[in-house]
Amino acid sequence: MNKMDNEAIATLVKTRFPEAITGSGIFRNELTLIVKKDCVVDVARFLKENKELDFNFLSDLCGVDRVGTDGIFEVVYHLYSIYKRHRVRLKAPIVSNDPRISTVTGIWITADWHERETYDMFGITFDGHPDLRKILTPDDFEGHPLRKDYPLDGRQPATLRDTYRKGEA
Amino acid sequence: MTETATATTTTTHVMTINMGPQHPSTHGVLRLLLELDGETIIKAVPHIGFLHRGVEKLAEYRTYQQCIPLTDRLDYVAPFSNNLAYALAVEKLFGIEAPERAQHIRVLLCELTRIASHLLWLATHALDIGAMTVFFYCFRERETIYDIFEMVSGARMHLSNIRVGGVARDLPGGFLEKTRKFVAEFPSRLDEYETLLTDNPIWKKRTVGVGVISAEDAIDYGLSGPSLRGSGVDWDMRKSEPYSGYDKYHFTVPLGRNGDVYDRYRVRIEEMRQSNSIVHQALNILPGGDFLARIPNVTLPPKEDVETNMESMIQHFKIIIDGIRPPKGEVYLSIEAPKGELGFYIISDGSSHPYRLKIRPPSFVNLEALPKMVEGRLLPDVVATIGSLDIVLGEIDR
Amino acid sequence: MGLESHLGDNILTTTLTTMVNWARKSSLWPMPFGLACCAIEMMSVVAPRYDLARFGAEVFRFSPRQSDLMIVAGTLTYKMSSVARRIYDQMPEPKWVIAMGACAISGGVYNTYSVVQGLDQVVPVDVYLPGCPPRPEALIHAIMEIQKKIEKESL
Repeated sequence: MNKMDNEAIATLVKTRFPEAITGSGIFRNELTLIVKKDCVVDVARFLKENKELDFNFLSDLCGVDRVGTDGIFEVVYHLYSIYKRHRVRLKAPIVSNDPRISTVTGIWITADWHERETYDMFGITFDGHPDLRKILTPDDFEGHPLRKDYPLDGRQPATLRDTYRKGEA
Repeated sequence: MTETATATTTTTHVMTINMGPQHPSTHGVLRLLLELDGETIIKAVPHIGFLHRGVEKLAEYRTYQQCIPLTDRLDYVAPFSNNLAYALAVEKLFGIEAPERAQHIRVLLCELTRIASHLLWLATHALDIGAMTVFFYCFRERETIYDIFEMVSGARMHLSNIRVGGVARDLPGGFLEKTRKFVAEFPSRLDEYETLLTDNPIWKKRTVGVGVISAEDAIDYGLSGPSLRGSGVDWDMRKSEPYSGYDKYHFTVPLGRNGDVYDRYRVRIEEMRQSNSIVHQALNILPGGDFLARIPNVTLPPKEDVETNMESMIQHFKIIIDGIRPPKGEVYLSIEAPKGELGFYIISDGSSHPYRLKIRPPSFVNLEALPKMVEGRLLPDVVATIGSLDIVLGEIDR
Repeated sequence: MGLESHLGDNILTTTLTTMVNWARKSSLWPMPFGLACCAIEMMSVVAPRYDLARFGAEVFRFSPRQSDLMIVAGTLTYKMSSVARRIYDQMPEPKWVIAMGACAISGGVYNTYSVVQGLDQVVPVDVYLPGCPPRPEALIHAIMEIQKKIEKESL
């Protein structure tokens, strides 16, 4: 099986990409690597193609809004190796005005819908994505709901009674 | 035959058909735009979001305990497994563990939920393909399971019987006999369903070779659960990353070979048998002890203490009104839900509300692979393939 | 129905009204507009234990053109609202609507940016059935309330 422990994975990746990995941490036995956003695709490809790491499964890809606290958005990748059974988390901080990052759909096809959802919810654009459009909110919905400055009950429009039941008692 | 002076040309057009969002076979509010050449599918584009309720945003405005009923309503066919995944993630964040009795109760309820989920899958999948009798048979068993759930928690579907650190209440009297009776007669019921379907030539014609996906494609598309195991990939999180005491149980993980609808059907039927065996084992090895850990400021104190002791009453009040506060940090925890890998990514900023709650739904990722499975096949194969992927729109759209 | 208005209000029309109402209420053809979790309880109502076929409402037609009762079971979102209105408009008269579950009645737990806070913003509702989800017996009660409503209707 050759499951690697967290320190070994961190060392292997940091040796290969000394400038790209700007930080790492282990919390509750989970390894997190912080990657510069321009190097995400190269690091991700290395993680998938390296024979010892073999991260062939992208569990999850999501965005986090840290604009209020740190002035950045984050794109978080959760990777898993089905055959080696180890996990890693990659985080890529992005500046908050015009947030953009490259897509990883060329590495794991499953990133397609995850990136569409992150675009819909946070407004982060994924360069190179084959079909980046909204996935969960209606087509005429404006704004990005999961951003912290979007109100929880910000319905568009506030009520549908005028649209569908105008003139009825 | 020579052409006349006015030459005629034939042109072919591709026909676009809309399937859903209100449709009996889409298993919820799913819209499929299908481009057809005759009856052959050229392109299939799923449109989702018709049940997007904003659960992830709502969770940021609720305390950690208040999020438990929200998780019930994600995969509403197997509610307890969502509860379990969420509670385990919050427990990981705190760095605590539920006591042994609670872990075994959780496994018991989780496997009963898996059986209930697979029974609903079989009922609707068979109904879509045309085998209506199976629907009524499966619901007969589901009602027995719902009776057991109602005994434990008071609700048939959305149990929410879980708490951070254990379960909400202990098993009631009469539970063990009722569950033993169910476990004893369920294998014969499964044999009844198999008699109707497994060697049925019509069933095989509709399902063998349909909706095929290879193992490499399945991994690349992020498939998990029975949809992945139907293609032969041996990955079950109950074995690879055991949680809640699953390493104490003996069960096998069925694998398919061809990655078609029939193999996924066989995998799920066998999983029901294995789940039945796990419930049987859980009933036998259920230990005594606490059903909820006793950790100050995290778990509620026992009711007897609250009614007699002032400090316990203040604790109880504080935990309910103020909420529980995990340390700053983030965790990702996933379990083997009936549909696949169900993951919760929780970021805590030290307050009593999650800073970010991301749900990794298995059906969302499994549905992505649908266009790959149906392109080039006929229109009725779409119905069979959607059924075999076992999607639930509640967790796709959240 | 045009003929009865010419006959006036007498014993003939009241008997006809009673007969027509009896026929309508005893053979309601529901259209399940199952959106979320309540749809599973609706399926349980059709299932053998809480058999809805006893009440004549056996024929669950998914096509609105062949049904008279729309059971909206689950959360209605803004994206789905135009679909709900279109399906309602496609149903022929006379038609009735049951809003099943807390989400259909008022948005339920979900006071969020994407959920319509009540089905009656979109279609007129005849019976509101609370619960999360309501038990199958409660759905049968709701259908019996619709039957009582039909009994009182005039032609």
